[in-house]
Amino acid sequence: MKLPAFDYLAPSTVPEAVDALADPGRRAEVLAGGQSLLLDMRLGRAGPGLLVDVNGVGGLDQVRVRDGALEVGALARHRVFESPAAAPGPLGRLLALTVVHIAHPPIRARGTVVGSLAWAHPASEWCAVALALDAAIELRGAAGARTVAAGDYFHGAHATARVPGELITAVRLPLLGPATGVAFVEHRRTEFCFAQVAVAAALTVRDGVIAEARIGLANCADRPLRAHAAERSLAGAEAGPPVAGRRPPPEHPFARAGRIAAERDARPVPEPYADPEYRRHVIAVLVGRALCQASADLAAHTGHDRPGGDRP
Amino acid sequence: MRITLTVNGRDHALDVEPRRVLADVLREDCRLTGTHLGCEQGVCGACTVLVDGEAVRSCLLLAVQCDGRAIRTVEGLAGPDGTPHPLQRAFSAEHALQCGFCTPGFLMLAAGALESDPAIAADPERVRALVGSNLCRCTGYEPIHRAILRAASE
Ligand SMILES: Cc1cc2nc3c(=O)[nH]c(=O)nc-3n(C[C@H](O)[C@H](O)[C@H](O)COP(=O)(O)OP(=O)(O)OC[C@H]3O[C@@H](n4cnc5c(N)ncnc54)[C@H](O)[C@@H]3O)c2cc1C
Ligand code: FES
Ligand code: FES
Repeated sequence: MKLPAFDYLAPSTVPEAVDALADPGRRAEVLAGGQSLLLDMRLGRAGPGLLVDVNGVGGLDQVRVRDGALEVGALARHRVFESPAAAPGPLGRLLALTVVHIAHPPIRARGTVVGSLAWAHPASEWCAVALALDAAIELRGAAGARTVAAGDYFHGAHATARVPGELITAVRLPLLGPATGVAFVEHRRTEFCFAQVAVAAALTVRDGVIAEARIGLANCADRPLRAHAAERSLAGAEAGPPVAGRRPPPEHPFARAGRIAAERDARPVPEPYADPEYRRHVIAVLVGRALCQASADLAAHTGHDRPGGDRP
Repeated sequence: MRITLTVNGRDHALDVEPRRVLADVLREDCRLTGTHLGCEQGVCGACTVLVDGEAVRSCLLLAVQCDGRAIRTVEGLAGPDGTPHPLQRAFSAEHALQCGFCTPGFLMLAAGALESDPAIAADPERVRALVGSNLCRCTGYEPIHRAILRAASE
């Protein structure tokens, strides 16, 4: 289907973009990568009267470290994060492990991280990562600027705390300390499907004990989730040696956390190829696997190559 | 809106509605029908072209967004005298096409990757992930994979 007609503006500064979005007469929407919006318009799921193309707004493509967080500007494309060097330390590794699951290279060349947060699909990998890391979403509207914590931001499928007319200028992802291991695992039916279940994990270990666990879940409810109950079950547990193989033994804290995530944190909704029971099974397996991989990631990045330097 | 697209080195001064995507404008206004449209949803990759050297889906990009940009389509691969591009020779040699509907997209996908990052050819896993970007419904992906590696080594 061809796109319905709309007006088009391409501002070059943030204030101009915010002004354009405040247009009372026309339903205005931001055009970023367009990899979801143009598709929604084709399918009749979106019908903006005015598209405000922000691709020419200077400075929005910045990715920089500021005040202990990685600030990802609204025009930073998915592909930037294919290199783990895009962010320091474990955060760079986590983003690189995540991004390969998002669509394909030509779509990653256009689509943006911030656009994913704005679109807020329940299966979005970046949304799960933003929740796991306690990201902060920076919005700018006619009434001024405000920051919303990821935990307060997602209200449902494609529903967020952003009000019409607000531009997301950046998302701030807190950096992860060196004693943190990270993983991202995903299950999908085919290369072309969105995730059936995806799990982001970050494990911080001090003196052999899990000091903090962060687990983000994609497509485990009508919105991206953070697995708080599973995280709590891990705090204070012995980290133990890395688990051999992909699946922890049933009594291992990682396996237990997987079952807790599946039973207590997730609220899977039925889908054509995955009923809730199947999905809970997959969640338990993938959370366990993600935690094993996070602990292996930590082992690989501490010890041998940087003797004694990493554990605080 | 009045825009100028530089397609395969030639300037096209056009007057297009904002709602028209690049693929439609290339096919209907520039009369370059080598760029195919399959799904129009970003999935199949038949419409893949290079914009400023980068492979993108021309069904998910507005033509007005490409004002002043350099676009390369499958028609721009062969030399001025018609000599096929190394990728075109390799696709032929490896039997990497049957009906050919997907071929322009795969060629541009591969051209973009090999030109911007020739090192990709040394990593079969990355070539595999690249080939996974587009759909082919007849040939299968192995010959396409082999053709990309063959072209890279020429
Ligand atoms: C074939 C295909 C496969 C895909 N697979 C995946 C996948 O596996 N996982 C995944 O997560 N995504 C996937 N996507 C979606 C892709 O990641 C998009 O890039 C992303 O969802 C939206 O980013 P965008 O920059 O393209 O946003 P756009 O499409 O430009 O915008 C999407 C929505 O967000 C709003 N918006 C965008 N930026 C802002 C901003 N700065 N401020 C306020 N509002 C804004 C727009 O108004 C619109 O409503 C896929 C897309 C395609 C076509
Ligand atoms: S027509 Fe553009 S991806 Fe299928
Ligand atoms: S050759 Fe027919 S679809 Fe690929």
